Amino acid sequence: MEKATDLLSSSQSMFSLKSLKLKTKQQELLLRISILGLVYILAFITRLFSVLRYESMIHEFDPYFNYRTTLYLTQKGFYEFWNWFDSESWYPLGRIIGGTLYPGLMVTAAFIYWILRLLRFAVHIREVCVLTAPFFASNTTLVAYFFGKELWDTGAGLVAAALIAICPGYISRSVAGSYDNEGVAIFALLLTFYLFVKAVKTGSLAWSLASALGYFYMVSAWGGYVFIINLIPLYVLVLLVVGRYSMRLYVAYNCMYILGMLLAMQIRFVGFQHVQSGEHMAAMGVFFLMQVFYFLDWVKHLLNDQKLFQAFLRITLTCAISVGVIALGVGTASGYISPWTGRFYSLLDPTYAKDHIPIIASVSEHQPTAWSSFMFDFHILLILFPAGLYFCFKRLSDATIFIVMYGLTSMYFAGVMVRLILVATPAVCLISAIAVSATIKNLSLLVRTKTKPTQAGSGKGTTSTKASSKGALDQSLPYQKNGAIALLVGAFYLLTRYAIHCTWVTSEAYSSPSIVLAARGAHGNRVIFDDYREAYFWLRQNTPQDAKVMSWWDYGYQITAMGNRTVIVDNNTWNNTHIATVGRAMSSYEDEAYEIMRSLDVDYVLVVFGGVTGYSSDDINKLTVKFFSPFFVISFSVFLWMVRIGGGVFPVIKEPDYLVNGEYRVDKGAAPKMLNCLMYKLSYYRFGELTTEYGQPPGYDRARGVEIGNKDIKLEYLEEAFTTSNWIVRIYKVKPPKNRW
Amino acid sequence: MTIRLYLLFSFFVLLAQWSPALSDLVISKLDRKIDLTSQVVRVTANLKIENTGNDPISEVLLPFGDHQAKDLAFLVATTSEGKGKTKTSSSSLPIKVVNPEGMPPSLTWYSVSLPKELAKGKSLNLEVRTAFTHALQPFPEKITQADIQLLVFQESAYYISPYAVNVQSLSVKLPEPKVESYTKLENTKFSGSEIKYGPYENLPPFSFSHIAVHFVSNKPFAVAQELVREIEVSHWGNVQITEHYNLVNAGARSSGEFSRLEYQARPHLRGASSFGHLVAKLPPRAHSIYYRDEIGNISTSNLWGDSSKTLLQIEPRYPMFGGWKTSFTIGYGLPLKDYLFRAEGKRFLNISFGCPIEEVVVENLVVKVVLPEGSKDISVSVPFPVKESRETKFSHLDMIGRPVVVLEKTNAVHEHNQYFQVYYRFSNLSLLREPMMLISGFFFLFVACIIYMHADLTISKSSPSYLAKLQWDEVQTALQQIQSIINRCLGIHDKLEASLRELSRTGDVQACKAARKSADNMLKELSKDLKPSLSFLQSSPLSASLYSKVEDLVAKEKELQEKLIVKHTTVTDSYEKKSGGRDIENRIAPIQQRITALRQEVDDLLEIIDEI
Repeated sequence: MEKATDLLSSSQSMFSLKSLKLKTKQQELLLRISILGLVYILAFITRLFSVLRYESMIHEFDPYFNYRTTLYLTQKGFYEFWNWFDSESWYPLGRIIGGTLYPGLMVTAAFIYWILRLLRFAVHIREVCVLTAPFFASNTTLVAYFFGKELWDTGAGLVAAALIAICPGYISRSVAGSYDNEGVAIFALLLTFYLFVKAVKTGSLAWSLASALGYFYMVSAWGGYVFIINLIPLYVLVLLVVGRYSMRLYVAYNCMYILGMLLAMQIRFVGFQHVQSGEHMAAMGVFFLMQVFYFLDWVKHLLNDQKLFQAFLRITLTCAISVGVIALGVGTASGYISPWTGRFYSLLDPTYAKDHIPIIASVSEHQPTAWSSFMFDFHILLILFPAGLYFCFKRLSDATIFIVMYGLTSMYFAGVMVRLILVATPAVCLISAIAVSATIKNLSLLVRTKTKPTQAGSGKGTTSTKASSKGALDQSLPYQKNGAIALLVGAFYLLTRYAIHCTWVTSEAYSSPSIVLAARGAHGNRVIFDDYREAYFWLRQNTPQDAKVMSWWDYGYQITAMGNRTVIVDNNTWNNTHIATVGRAMSSYEDEAYEIMRSLDVDYVLVVFGGVTGYSSDDINKLTVKFFSPFFVISFSVFLWMVRIGGGVFPVIKEPDYLVNGEYRVDKGAAPKMLNCLMYKLSYYRFGELTTEYGQPPGYDRARGVEIGNKDIKLEYLEEAFTTSNWIVRIYKVKPPKNRW
Repeated sequence: MTIRLYLLFSFFVLLAQWSPALSDLVISKLDRKIDLTSQVVRVTANLKIENTGNDPISEVLLPFGDHQAKDLAFLVATTSEGKGKTKTSSSSLPIKVVNPEGMPPSLTWYSVSLPKELAKGKSLNLEVRTAFTHALQPFPEKITQADIQLLVFQESAYYISPYAVNVQSLSVKLPEPKVESYTKLENTKFSGSEIKYGPYENLPPFSFSHIAVHFVSNKPFAVAQELVREIEVSHWGNVQITEHYNLVNAGARSSGEFSRLEYQARPHLRGASSFGHLVAKLPPRAHSIYYRDEIGNISTSNLWGDSSKTLLQIEPRYPMFGGWKTSFTIGYGLPLKDYLFRAEGKRFLNISFGCPIEEVVVENLVVKVVLPEGSKDISVSVPFPVKESRETKFSHLDMIGRPVVVLEKTNAVHEHNQYFQVYYRFSNLSLLREPMMLISGFFFLFVACIIYMHADLTISKSSPSYLAKLQWDEVQTALQQIQSIINRCLGIHDKLEASLRELSRTGDVQACKAARKSADNMLKELSKDLKPSLSFLQSSPLSASLYSKVEDLVAKEKELQEKLIVKHTTVTDSYEKKSGGRDIENRIAPIQQRITALRQEVDDLLEIIDEI
């Protein structure tokens, strides 16, 4: 008896201990929150490689413009920013900044900056700008979690968050310092989609209002909002066709479309495009279609007569469609509705840009994607994606239909343009997460159910074996448990490989700021080429305040932001003629170019030249704008693009003049026009006297591996003003005209 | 410029000829050395003064021409006693600007107060050291990359003084033994890199004779148009110094092409007048040193040091040719205990004033001392005159801002690199304010979260959705209760099984029975506990769909209980009867099978309910 009471008391004390412990639900919650927290932090810190390797700096080209405008916004306030006429770019045209940019990114960064200032953190705006993209990447993981939860279950949500946190396709545009619209926009994109799916699922006005606001944020941040405004109507249309029309869908879409449209009109750069541009007409068409559907539903409810209704349906549909077509035709014909833009066409037809808009095609990130870069950016997700699609089809719901459509369309676009891999990344991550989560869940369930009876029956030697053998007899497959364990290990291995691959890609390929170049020296030490900043700082300090600098448009934003000088053309390629004029000047003889430069009021000419260091992304040669990595070099000649763009507007410039037998060369066998054009002269001025490599003749171009063809270059109208220590940037001063007497 | 100087000097001469001697002082011997080896002209004059009058004299007047006074950066006078090698110099004497009457107007007068009055017939050695900036003019003003830089220096061969000078001499030291031209007077010698004038004897007051030296100098002309030094004191143990430079090469302007090729190939010939780097001499134990500018970090710097100094070699982004500008920032931290001391209840910061780069002339030096928030009674002591003002700076977590002492000095040279003191009061408690603010901020954040989680923010308490939610919550709690009870039951089952295993090992039937009894009691109590929750679930309309499952679960569990007890009894009974193991097994086999199946079902049901 004593023993019994003892046992009782001990068991009671155990119970009291147990009640202190967390319940399963709470444990799960804790686990989930800590995993999410870790993923959140991981997404942030994996993007800090560039800060550790180099410094806290803005990367590449466009971010410099964004940084400059953000600086202006924080210094002068929102109204000044909104009304800013920038006379430092596109000289002599200038640029209306407020009306030609998506302000979302700048306002976001300035807002974060002001909040931090309010909380008495004396941060510099540059730090805020550098860390904006990683911060939003972290937020994207949260959205991915909720989206995954909405699509499948919490497990899929967690996996999606973890996958997207380190997916190279996303990291490529969101490392610290990559202060570009996309950094914020992917967050906004995914948020809008999530909120819309939630709205469709619940039919709640509140969620659809939230998705309209998300859409507004997206519109304010990136031109890619066109994807949303076309995908969502397409999705609604598909739901209508497959007979999944519901009141929930009606509420969600109408509220989201109308409010989203009205809000989007507040962005000056977008303006009335929602009602005037061909790209936005699909959304409007679907909106009207919804009304027709609703009306028909109502009539059907009233009529209660199948035959009568069929007739009515036919008449109404015919009327509605013909009215729609006529409206569209009249709108387009009268010019009220603008036709699709070239960029839109080039998305639908990959070959369009090459033939019609060379300026779009000249950007390497607008090239069709190579398989290697798919593999590079997605790794195992590429294989998991179809598996996830299978799971989605197996459990079709409004939400999974959406993610399937998102995945398939964005995958197509990713194939058309390298940069759109970014848009596909969240979808690929979500769908893969479903595959991973569902597979692992099934496998672990198999492993667990099998172990339970064995454990329970293990009390008695022979009994247990019997029980387990009976259990095994119940199962249909032998070695199922072992198979499941093996598959689990395999999945674990694959995911580990993915994590290793992502980290490697991030640190090796995507964390280079491209302003500062790093190379390995002869003794394995790191050599830094900081020539760009050397040149820009020289311009900033040692040229007159109002000096105008001519360079190829790639460097425009950097010159205005870092050199603080007026440029003729910059990365905002809205005026083809102006760019062509610069292209023409660069590809003409010096005296002709001088006339053009005089007419453009140019004081300095800046060229990028890699002949000394072997830096191949220079003006004469090949360019790998965004992907400065050895893994995929999308090569083409910037200079030939100058010729091509120049020739597109000024037929005087003919591409064949610069080629020998269709071949592009700079050595002795080069075309005479090539050897004497301004770009060649400026790049190779006095280069013929320099010995770059041991055992090679002077004037050996290391970037192209040839001895240059014209070593005796004399400049008549320009003079060398500055050349950086590794000759990467060369700046020439345009001499004033000669005195007549 | 040159012409203007000539005019000025001739003006002096005219004035000087009628000016009377000021007093009975006579300079019996004067020795001047002019050092032109850097961009700063340093003049050291050794004067031997004799009082020939009757009255004791306590002041000595030092005149400077206006153009010189404008460039005068530094002036110090010391007396030295004794003779020859046993000279000992005392501390510097107080100097003030005076305006004596009846003197030529184009002179600026400084008066040196002697440490003790000079009696009749006595003599005194006075050493006057001066430094002039901008006194060297590049001529020609524009040179190309290949040219060497030539400078012109103009002075008077005779010391301008209101007193008669008995014997005087002048020596001019040049950076290189190359000279384009120099004024030749009587007794002029040029040897090596030195030009000697004199000795000249018995010159009346205000004697003047213009000389000009045109010489080769490729010394860097690094002039900081503005240098802002910010010294931020943190009582957490750090003094953070940030220096913003606006640098220009003020030598002969470079014109024409800049050829990198030439510069790379022959930097000493084709770029002789430029300078590529500067060396900042920082205090020892300087840490966290950085070197950057508006557009980012500058990677070309080098650092080395020992226990007495830290040397930072900085290279601007590009070589500095004449007229080229650059700007950059260097920053470093210093340990607080080396620079902050206590005296008379106050704290004082003792730190050097000037620019750590020796050869740089600072046209406009602004030193800002940022004291911790809450510092009071601030006073400053600087060994030379400066302009002083106050500011407030807001940094991390500041509410009222940090007091800033702003000291401004124009034309600062290396000689100004002296220690100065800032006295203030600061209570140690204020140190804790910022961490406390952070802690309370987070505390309130969490409290707000807790309140939000617990508060009911529903607008309409009578809305059906709200009521449904309330009911659903109750159902959930009931469900959870049931689950926990079932789980406890399952735990007891496990214990029963364990007791059976114990039995097979030890054969202690009594203990096994006791265990069964206690388990039985507990199971009964638990089933009693189960009832209220079950009846609630039954009554609630929301749980209608759930109820069948729960009922099923409870029933299954009950059956499981019974079967287990049966099995237990059977096994213990057989043990009591001492029947064989095979026999027992045969007897309980059907029960065991049923138990396993039931257990599986209960687990499945629990999982299903768990997912609700």
